Amino acid sequence: MQDSFDVAVIGAGVTGAAIARRLSEYKLDVALLEKECDVSFGVSKANSGIIHGGFHHSGSTLKGRLEIRGNRMFDQLENELHFPFRRCGILIAAFSTEEMKQVESLYAQGVANQAIGIELCNSDRMLALEPKLNHDVVGGLHAPSGGIIEPYRFVFALVESALKNGVRLITEFEVDRAGRTGDLYDIYAGDRGIKARYVVNAAGLFADKVSKLFGAEEYTIIPRKGEEYLMDREAAALPSRVIFPVPSRVSKGMLVIPTAEGTTMLGPTAEQTGDKTDVSTSEENFERIFYSARRLIPSVSERDIITSFAGVRPTLPENDFFIAVSERRPHFIQAAGIQSPGLTASPAIADYVKDLLKRDGLVLEEDPHYDPEIEPVQRIRNLDIEAIDRLIERDPGYGEIICRCESVSRAEIIDAVRKGHTTLDGVKFYTRAQMGRCQGGFCTFRILKIISEETGIPIDRITKRGRGSYIVGGRIGDFDVAGAGTGRV
Amino acid sequence: MKIRRIDVLVIGAGASGLTSAIKLAEMGYEVSVVERENTLGGILNQCIHSGFGLHYFNEELTGPEFADRLIGLLPDALYLAPNATVDRLIDDENGLGALVFSPESGITRYSSRAIVLAMGCRERNRGNIHIPGSRPSGVYTAGLAQRLVNIEGYIPGKDVVIVGSGDIGLIMARRMSWVGAKVHCVVEIQPYPSGLTRNIVQCLNDFNIPLHLSHVVTKINGNDRVQSVEISPVSREKERGPGSFTVECDTLLLSVGLVPENELTRKFGIAMNHETSGPKVDSRLMTSKPGVFACGNVLHVHDLVDYACEEAERCAKGVDEFLRGVAPETGGPVVSGANVRYVVPGAYNPGSDNRFYLRPMIVKNKSRLSVRAGEVEIYGKNLPHVQPSEMVEATLSKDALKACSGQTLEVRIE
Repeated sequence: MQDSFDVAVIGAGVTGAAIARRLSEYKLDVALLEKECDVSFGVSKANSGIIHGGFHHSGSTLKGRLEIRGNRMFDQLENELHFPFRRCGILIAAFSTEEMKQVESLYAQGVANQAIGIELCNSDRMLALEPKLNHDVVGGLHAPSGGIIEPYRFVFALVESALKNGVRLITEFEVDRAGRTGDLYDIYAGDRGIKARYVVNAAGLFADKVSKLFGAEEYTIIPRKGEEYLMDREAAALPSRVIFPVPSRVSKGMLVIPTAEGTTMLGPTAEQTGDKTDVSTSEENFERIFYSARRLIPSVSERDIITSFAGVRPTLPENDFFIAVSERRPHFIQAAGIQSPGLTASPAIADYVKDLLKRDGLVLEEDPHYDPEIEPVQRIRNLDIEAIDRLIERDPGYGEIICRCESVSRAEIIDAVRKGHTTLDGVKFYTRAQMGRCQGGFCTFRILKIISEETGIPIDRITKRGRGSYIVGGRIGDFDVAGAGTGRV
Repeated sequence: MKIRRIDVLVIGAGASGLTSAIKLAEMGYEVSVVERENTLGGILNQCIHSGFGLHYFNEELTGPEFADRLIGLLPDALYLAPNATVDRLIDDENGLGALVFSPESGITRYSSRAIVLAMGCRERNRGNIHIPGSRPSGVYTAGLAQRLVNIEGYIPGKDVVIVGSGDIGLIMARRMSWVGAKVHCVVEIQPYPSGLTRNIVQCLNDFNIPLHLSHVVTKINGNDRVQSVEISPVSREKERGPGSFTVECDTLLLSVGLVPENELTRKFGIAMNHETSGPKVDSRLMTSKPGVFACGNVLHVHDLVDYACEEAERCAKGVDEFLRGVAPETGGPVVSGANVRYVVPGAYNPGSDNRFYLRPMIVKNKSRLSVRAGEVEIYGKNLPHVQPSEMVEATLSKDALKACSGQTLEVRIE
């Protein structure tokens, strides 16, 4: 492989995906490079899915400005890309007069940022907006423009749209070497290589490493881990809006979130770790999360836990985004330190990077064939009975339920696999199969079979999420059974 | 949408569903069985070990043999719908029924005079017991591992640790050893094993697999695949304390309990019993919704399939009485007393002999089961040994029940 591109975007998380899709509007050859075997498998898959309401950050920061702009772009994006999104609103709950003072300054910040509909509330108003709140609430903030999305589904949709408009996605391409020949960068992953005139560094947790490989700015991405708990659909604690505590200096605090797919999520913690790959959860944080969540909504119950996970935020010491044309290397754009509110800001980041590229000399000529829309995915759990019946008539696969907890049919799994999601996690994030209360107990082997049938990958080569994450260790007969017990037969 | 009218709809073609369907068809009812797998027999198919049928068929069978026996008893008139999933139960102007999805026939609206819920149970998983650590591949519920090995022919991994000494975990310890994997140990949170004694002997002791009682897995390590787990003695601090150790392994199997699978039941608004996680039922095994019955593991988790089948037969009798309009004689509620986690059913009928299944809360030798109406013991039996993993059966005679009609019965173990 020795292809030449106008722009190479490194990293297919939400930042890289949004940038690649934005650039696909122009007559450009764009490559989207991803080290994992699927997109959205890094920072973007494990976060809270909040579309922030424009009051947490000052307009004097880049992230504050891009958050406000990004927030307003989601309605159109939803129309074009059909990902789960709901502007359910955000509440911040204060439990003391000191906390209320902080809420007032957040309110002032929100007003200054021109956050739409932001409202300062007394306790009656707060309880009217969310009757499940702890009745000790003294007041708070309501930001109706805040909302929730399924972050990985947003990334999948951005990438699908980008691919439809000519972007080339190259997965399992972990950039390990870079050089420059004439006007072109040579970018390598092992023995594979591509060339590009411009490079956008959207490598998330590893943006520092990528920057160094290219000889651009030296900085350090500090990983900050967040643990979260996902609760059952039937959990009594499910609120109607996202509930925040009053923020601390380092984080927005641990929330109670009604996810876009109808479950409840608790978290995240915020903890500096030395290890970018550490996504472990701990007993101590389990207790902190539940203590904090119960303070907001007392009906939160451990009995409703489906699963827990952790994600890692890529932060910079300045705690702001670093989005700029490199001063050390030509035609190299940095999009680093994209932590919260990165998801909200991502479409605005894409615009911003597009403008930086233009200012840096990239010619942007609109592509008349650009089509912003992708086909909505048929999901039987969202359809009424008549529509499902018609669908089954067209394709019997819609009548075979593979995931009983989340009502996912065989046809939907096949669709995901055909779109390139060929790992168990890829199928899970695309379809929700294995994401419900049984966590794959019933459907895992059926999904393995479908992946194998569709791709020809033998079952013992299928992974959870690439690399060494194999599902099975071998076939019966593969292991030496000599001396394996003295059991009665 | 197609419409199918029948007398009784049975949901689930596992042991309980098949048994109740056979009995109801024998009584002359028009019965349909809806099953989401494309095979009949449910979980029996993957239980290729023996030990089934000693009570129900009076001989020792493997799971698939037990299923075959039941399938052999199916009358021709029975309508079987495999590969079909019940989306929801309904009760509208067309009466009681269900919406059923299937690739072959699309959506079918079943209308029936009665419904038997026999959906079985599912396994508790990592999330339910929240084991801290990373989230690599290689963590499976024991039942999924059993399916992979016994039906699909794949071995989950080579170096195995098993959490929970429930029966499936024990059976899998032996099964994994037989296919050449090394089972390093079984970890049990309770101070006593939670599986049947015969399984401890045959599946662990015979293979020299250590059982760590009063221990828990406190951490899973590994980014891609499981690399090791940390095991610690149970302590109030829940932290890694003295006595903790690490076992290198690539597979962690979880056998940490079963939960009746009652999503359909709950969505339909049927009253639930929080002790069993199954529906509340009366002496006929009818739920709070008239015409909807439940039996087998969907009602409460059984130790032996033989008991589930016995219960399914009783359920069929209850359905028959209901369809013939025979009301049960007014008895009273049956509640769990000291050292009893639950008793099923939660009501009695003084018009006939009544059988109850109950689950002890304690481990004890030389104990006694006592059923009381007020302070009067109306039934008692000595139990040489009780433990939570072994269900206790009690059959109360019609005469004993007649005498206390109208009163609440309390079941206790002392």
